[in-house]
Amino acid sequence: MNLFRKHPSLPVFLGLLAAFVLAVTLMSEAAGAGLVSTSFVKTLGKTLCLCLIALAMDLVWGYTGILSLGHFAFFGLGGYMIGMWLMYARTETIVEASLASGALPPTPQEVQDAIATQIFGVVGASDLPAIWSLAGSLPAQLALVVLVPAALAAVFGWLAFRARVTGVYLSILTQAMTLALALWLFQNDSGLRGNNGLSGLQNIPGLEQHGQDLVSLWFFWASALALGLGYLGAQWLVSGKFGSVIRAIRDDEARVRFLGYPVEGFKLFVFVLTAVVAGLAGALYYPQAGIVNPAELAPIASIYLAVWVAIGGRGRLYGAVIGAAFVSLVSTWFTGGNAPDIPLGGYTLHWVDWWQVLLGLSFVAVTLYAPRGIGGLFDLLAGLRAPNRRGAPLGPDQGALQEKEADA
Amino acid sequence: MSTLLEVSGVSVTFDGFRAINNLSFSIAEGELRAVIGPNGAGKTTFMDIVTGKTRPDSGRVLFGEKSVDLLRLSEARIARAGVGRKFQRPTVFEDQTVAENLMLALRAHRAPWRVLFWRPKPADHARIAELAAEVGLSDQLPRKAGELSHGQKQWLEIGMLLAQEPRLLLVDEPAAGMTGPEREHTTDLLVSLARSRAVVVVEHDMEFVRRLACKVTVLHEGSVLAEGSLDHVTANPAVIDVYLGRG
Repeated sequence: MNLFRKHPSLPVFLGLLAAFVLAVTLMSEAAGAGLVSTSFVKTLGKTLCLCLIALAMDLVWGYTGILSLGHFAFFGLGGYMIGMWLMYARTETIVEASLASGALPPTPQEVQDAIATQIFGVVGASDLPAIWSLAGSLPAQLALVVLVPAALAAVFGWLAFRARVTGVYLSILTQAMTLALALWLFQNDSGLRGNNGLSGLQNIPGLEQHGQDLVSLWFFWASALALGLGYLGAQWLVSGKFGSVIRAIRDDEARVRFLGYPVEGFKLFVFVLTAVVAGLAGALYYPQAGIVNPAELAPIASIYLAVWVAIGGRGRLYGAVIGAAFVSLVSTWFTGGNAPDIPLGGYTLHWVDWWQVLLGLSFVAVTLYAPRGIGGLFDLLAGLRAPNRRGAPLGPDQGALQEKEADA
Repeated sequence: MSTLLEVSGVSVTFDGFRAINNLSFSIAEGELRAVIGPNGAGKTTFMDIVTGKTRPDSGRVLFGEKSVDLLRLSEARIARAGVGRKFQRPTVFEDQTVAENLMLALRAHRAPWRVLFWRPKPADHARIAELAAEVGLSDQLPRKAGELSHGQKQWLEIGMLLAQEPRLLLVDEPAAGMTGPEREHTTDLLVSLARSRAVVVVEHDMEFVRRLACKVTVLHEGSVLAEGSLDHVTANPAVIDVYLGRG
């Protein structure tokens, strides 16, 4: 309760989120007036998942100063882990139904072989790879949604932080990590269907009797709940002494070491925690998207994530959420062909092609002219201004808050 | 008094330049010591070695009654063992309030998991208020450290060191860039600090060292040139030669 009083933005955020969920529910096809199409409910649900990973990105970059350009790898892995169960379990029901017509009941081995042929026929294989051995069990795959991103983040973070890699070099390493993972997933023999990825994820086994309109609304609720809980947890995390320590690491990590704090331990803790949050967000996102493939883990995706947080305003939780929601929804609008083309005499400006340019320009503009991003608008309303430090950042480290990002 | 810190035979070379050359000396429990020397004598490098920032090529640095070898520990472990350091430029966390800065330094568990669930108790708030009063920042607690004047930042940093409760405090040029009254306040703070713990002050300014009235170690080219009272060392021809002969 103390948390709510100390941070007025917290009840406001949770209240707005609840109101938004209620409004969408009342306008949905499944439970309300049908003003909002099922596919748009899915888009909104996916956007909430993107807000959740943006929150994770803000913790790791905005608060701890680690510019990770690899968090979408964890998001994708979360999607793959839940996708394995979704695909396996659904194929199982189909296979069992078709084999049931035979004279003899099928043996478990026959069922498994048939599932493997179904799933891996597309990459010319018919054996179930070892990494799919737990795919039949939902609890096991749910555990992997958490464990796989955590393990990758722990190994990568331990190696990188222990060697005291910081700044640009760390960002490059995280890019290399996500690129390597994507390239590995692209291979047909890595056992995750190569560039086809996992598909048909919108059909949830056991929920076939319910229509997509209802299922998508459930996922929308689940995504909103996850975002609400994630926001609450993040606010709690950054409000206490832990938050004070990670902000200190962002601005001047050498000084934190001389206070006796194990800086590498803190960085690893935040890196792994945010990787887990990213994994969970991915596990909620991909059943709504219906397909996960290695292109999702491309390095550019993680860079977009940093752009969202920068546009929203890093170092403040609601900034990250606003940035992710705003940019991804606007992006959907432009790339969906909804924006009217602009005829310019001999050349017609198609937004589908020019949206990226617009996004790039607005990123540059925000960095140069409004470093506090969209979230900074609230500071204007509240009358808060940046301190006058004659251009000096708030600490010697590369990730340190810049003058214009800080509150006086 | 028993020895708290013993530096023996330490040498360190940077790109062929011998910054510290077979340096040996020791600090007793609760002692106030000034280390002086011309530029490049190795004063700051000595501090870097003791606090774990720089690893020497040879030698040993033993600390405390159990004679822990500091050279085997990380910076954070050395700090937890009881060595505090004040940098030349005031280094406080400028985006955080004076109270938050002191709270960070307050003696408590340092592991991430313990920090996560740590919440200040009334006794901790009282201790922060007490520390702020001691360094003269009582009315500045809710202000951001970045807004403080240069002298106030120095005192905040000293307050943070007090909160850390180190057994040995290394202070690098505390009087640099301070005005007259600020210097006096700083001298008083250092002398009162030394009542309960060992303090090593690295300083350029002879007048400041005289006011501290303590044993002085003169460093030159990375090793000890002379040791004793300020009058004793300033009468030493070798010291005069180093200070006056080379300007």
